[in-house]
Amino acid sequence: MSAISAEETPFRRFVSEFAASKLALFGLFVFVLIALAAIFANWIGPQNPYDLAQLDIMDGRLPPGSKSAAGYTYLLGTDDQGRDMFSGMLFGLRISLAVGVGSALFAACVGTTLGLLAAFFGRRTDAVIMRIVDLQLSFPAILVALMILAVLGKSVMNVVLALVIVEWAGYARNVRAIAMVERKREYIEAATCLALPWRRIMFRHLLPNCLPPLIVIATQQVARAIALEATLSFLGLGVPITEPSLGLLIANGYQYMLSGKYWISFYPGIALLITIVSINLVGDHLRDVLNPRLKR
Amino acid sequence: MSATLEVRNLRTHFFTRAGVVKAVDDVSFSVERGQVLGLVGESGSGKSVTGFSIIGLIDPPGRLTGGSILYQGEDLAKLSERDMRHLRGNRIAMIFQDPMMTLNPVLRIDTQMTEAVHAHVKTTNADARARARDALGMVGIPSPEERLNAYPHQFSGGMRQRVAIAIALLHNPDLLIADEPTTALDVTIQAQILAEVQKLTTDHGTALIWITHDLSVIAGLADRIAVMYAGRVVETGEATDVLDHPVHPYTHGLIGSVPSRNKRGERLRQIPGMTPSLLSLPPGCAFRTRCTHATSVCEQEPPTSEPSPGHTARCFHPIEGNAP
Amino acid sequence: MFTWILRRMFQASFVLLAMTVIVFVGVHVIGNPVDILISPEADQAERAKIIAEMGLDQPLWRQYAYFLNGALHGDLGRSFVFNEPALKLIGGRMPATLELAVTAVLMSMCFGIPLGLYAGLKPNGFLGRVIMTGSILGFSLPSFWVGLMLIMVFAVQLGWLPSTGRGETAMLFGVRWSFLTWDGLRHMAMPALNLSLFNISLVLRLTRAGVRENLTMDYVKFARAKGLSPARVIFVHILKNIMIPVTTVLGLELGSTIAFAVVTESVFAWPGMGKLIIDSINVLDRPVIVAYLMMIVLMFITINLVVDILYTMLDPRVRLETKA
Repeated sequence: MSAISAEETPFRRFVSEFAASKLALFGLFVFVLIALAAIFANWIGPQNPYDLAQLDIMDGRLPPGSKSAAGYTYLLGTDDQGRDMFSGMLFGLRISLAVGVGSALFAACVGTTLGLLAAFFGRRTDAVIMRIVDLQLSFPAILVALMILAVLGKSVMNVVLALVIVEWAGYARNVRAIAMVERKREYIEAATCLALPWRRIMFRHLLPNCLPPLIVIATQQVARAIALEATLSFLGLGVPITEPSLGLLIANGYQYMLSGKYWISFYPGIALLITIVSINLVGDHLRDVLNPRLKR
Repeated sequence: MSATLEVRNLRTHFFTRAGVVKAVDDVSFSVERGQVLGLVGESGSGKSVTGFSIIGLIDPPGRLTGGSILYQGEDLAKLSERDMRHLRGNRIAMIFQDPMMTLNPVLRIDTQMTEAVHAHVKTTNADARARARDALGMVGIPSPEERLNAYPHQFSGGMRQRVAIAIALLHNPDLLIADEPTTALDVTIQAQILAEVQKLTTDHGTALIWITHDLSVIAGLADRIAVMYAGRVVETGEATDVLDHPVHPYTHGLIGSVPSRNKRGERLRQIPGMTPSLLSLPPGCAFRTRCTHATSVCEQEPPTSEPSPGHTARCFHPIEGNAP
Repeated sequence: MFTWILRRMFQASFVLLAMTVIVFVGVHVIGNPVDILISPEADQAERAKIIAEMGLDQPLWRQYAYFLNGALHGDLGRSFVFNEPALKLIGGRMPATLELAVTAVLMSMCFGIPLGLYAGLKPNGFLGRVIMTGSILGFSLPSFWVGLMLIMVFAVQLGWLPSTGRGETAMLFGVRWSFLTWDGLRHMAMPALNLSLFNISLVLRLTRAGVRENLTMDYVKFARAKGLSPARVIFVHILKNIMIPVTTVLGLELGSTIAFAVVTESVFAWPGMGKLIIDSINVLDRPVIVAYLMMIVLMFITINLVVDILYTMLDPRVRLETKA
């Protein structure tokens, strides 16, 4: 019996291959830490940065390590509102991650469905969907996001919407390419011969086989979405000032940077950097592990 | 008369992550002025690597680990890269297997030819161009002056191989290494190119090493033949000796598998199995796993026998008699 | 070739038309055109007058016709803030952006190609690995953050370079340029570097991949077999092959670079179109927003068209095929 339990499943093989890269494991570890910090921001942060009653404007722009009037230490200093930077960053991280992960997942759903439809039905459906994808991809992400936010105005939901619109095309193109190859395999032919309903073939047969590359793309897109959200917020087009993400925190501190009060911008920037790099480390290695072309 | 080229105990090994690949292992042969040597073997037998070793184009992880390559008495293996470069394309030239890939697709023919002239001769552009034009005419390319301005993709495969040959012969080299130059071409073109090269080399007294996997190509061309298997020369000698009285079982098999030598209606003979991986070559004769004559003694290093003067083979069980 | 260009132009104008529909729908259907196109300070009578004047009480297709007609005559409304035609306003800011974007693209070639060549020729060396890791950062770091760090280090800490603005400008062809004065160049250094980081990484990776691929090609080996110097092989045979994809991609990236200048211009307070659009969005100066979007879409389509044509001219294979 033990022989069976020790048998190598694809998932086990994947785990052991992923674990082979220390750098990727480190990236995953850091990302999990960051995610936990963001999720439990309420408990970890010494202050609720959204609660104006807790802020003391007299504590504004204090350097890291300063004591607050209430007696605790501002580990990373305060911003111009007297907000504890450390708490602000944790809450900002939460918004950045939520927007980044949320939009990437939503875009994945939309893009995957359309990509599968294009590959599955071919002809007209394929031509129409791929034309839109080509048009979309020929414009840079920032420009498309800018257009959408300029027309719709700024709110968290609009940022998510803009990111989804920017990203779905990438998923659709990749999924279509993979599904086109898979579609010609025997198992799909067999399923078609059994006259299974097309929805079942598409989602139960085709989709699972497109998953590995999809995971790689999704990982990279999360990092991209977080960076783009930060950029938009930095430009003042992203999340509203009442719910500052990392990008907005950096923007707030920007004006003080030239006078040497670096910490307001610097630490959120570092947090953003670590988040993006850790995701990319994981994504890069995932690509190596899951890409069958690189394997012999 | 001293040989134009004498290769002695050449070893070229590739140090890959998976282990050491002994692509060429203790290979010796020689070619004299005006002579044609046929270097025969299956793909992966190390014949191309031998060619690249001679012209000094072995890239890491490959390295010459032993032996000497004497060109007119001078050891090429010991030459500096700079001195080697002066010989390359000048005294020793090479043409490649796939004419579609040999010429740079984004450079015009005149650029690719005149640069080869300028690399070895101090001369004017006009003169270099004139030489290029003459060389094209020599290999039978019609209206060479116009063709100089063309790009490679405007030529057919056979024409491209002619251009490559023209480039190789620009400086009338003493030695030409032809690495399966006709394999990728149509049969009729093959014959033309073959005749062309033979004529040009005999005219200029160029020594020629013709690398091929096809014994029938070499049969009418070569003066001497060296048969390679798994990085080693297993049999060498005068072409007539090797073809008519092969001694090594592998040569026997090779000759037996040439269709024209089989009787009509008879089953085509073949050598069972595949070329072994050079990574995990067991000691002793590398051919023993496919050889019908093999015995336990073949696990040791085979001795060199000399059935007739200048005709040698490395085998415990040399075959006597005529070719199959 | 000519019909091909005509066909491409037809396609391009179709895309442009499609984009006008999208922008029109965005502004007139999703948003409220009265709010978007009429200054919020206008009183009731003025409002009614403008609504009638602009035909906002007309059916949708007529409104679109008006919009298109205006766009064709270069009339995309007046800026509320500057009380100037929006197009003129954007045109005035365009040189600053173009200057920055073109410099950034040139910089990405100057840095990206040599770094990529090095990393491609020495893929396992320490420096080669450092370059590749650096390129991952160049891809993934948000450029505004890198911009801030540049300011912090070179302007605040070291005080070597000015942090914001265009600096001194000089006139050329009736337009003010920064690159003509030393002070202007000093102001441009950091923004241009910031804007080029992504492209540097891109060019670097393309070049490296191209070198790795080309090194295994027969035509490179043949070029070496001709006895050419390593410099000639690298800078003529390999580089010329690499330049085709690199120029194509960079040409296509020029549009993205202009779009991404929005970020860089905001960080470095560079008074170009990007800074203008962000300011306009923040004060809801909508005619300017619409004009900017139309301009940049037009620019994009033109660039894509030009690059397509240039590409066919650059690559002899494509060029001669389309001619035939």
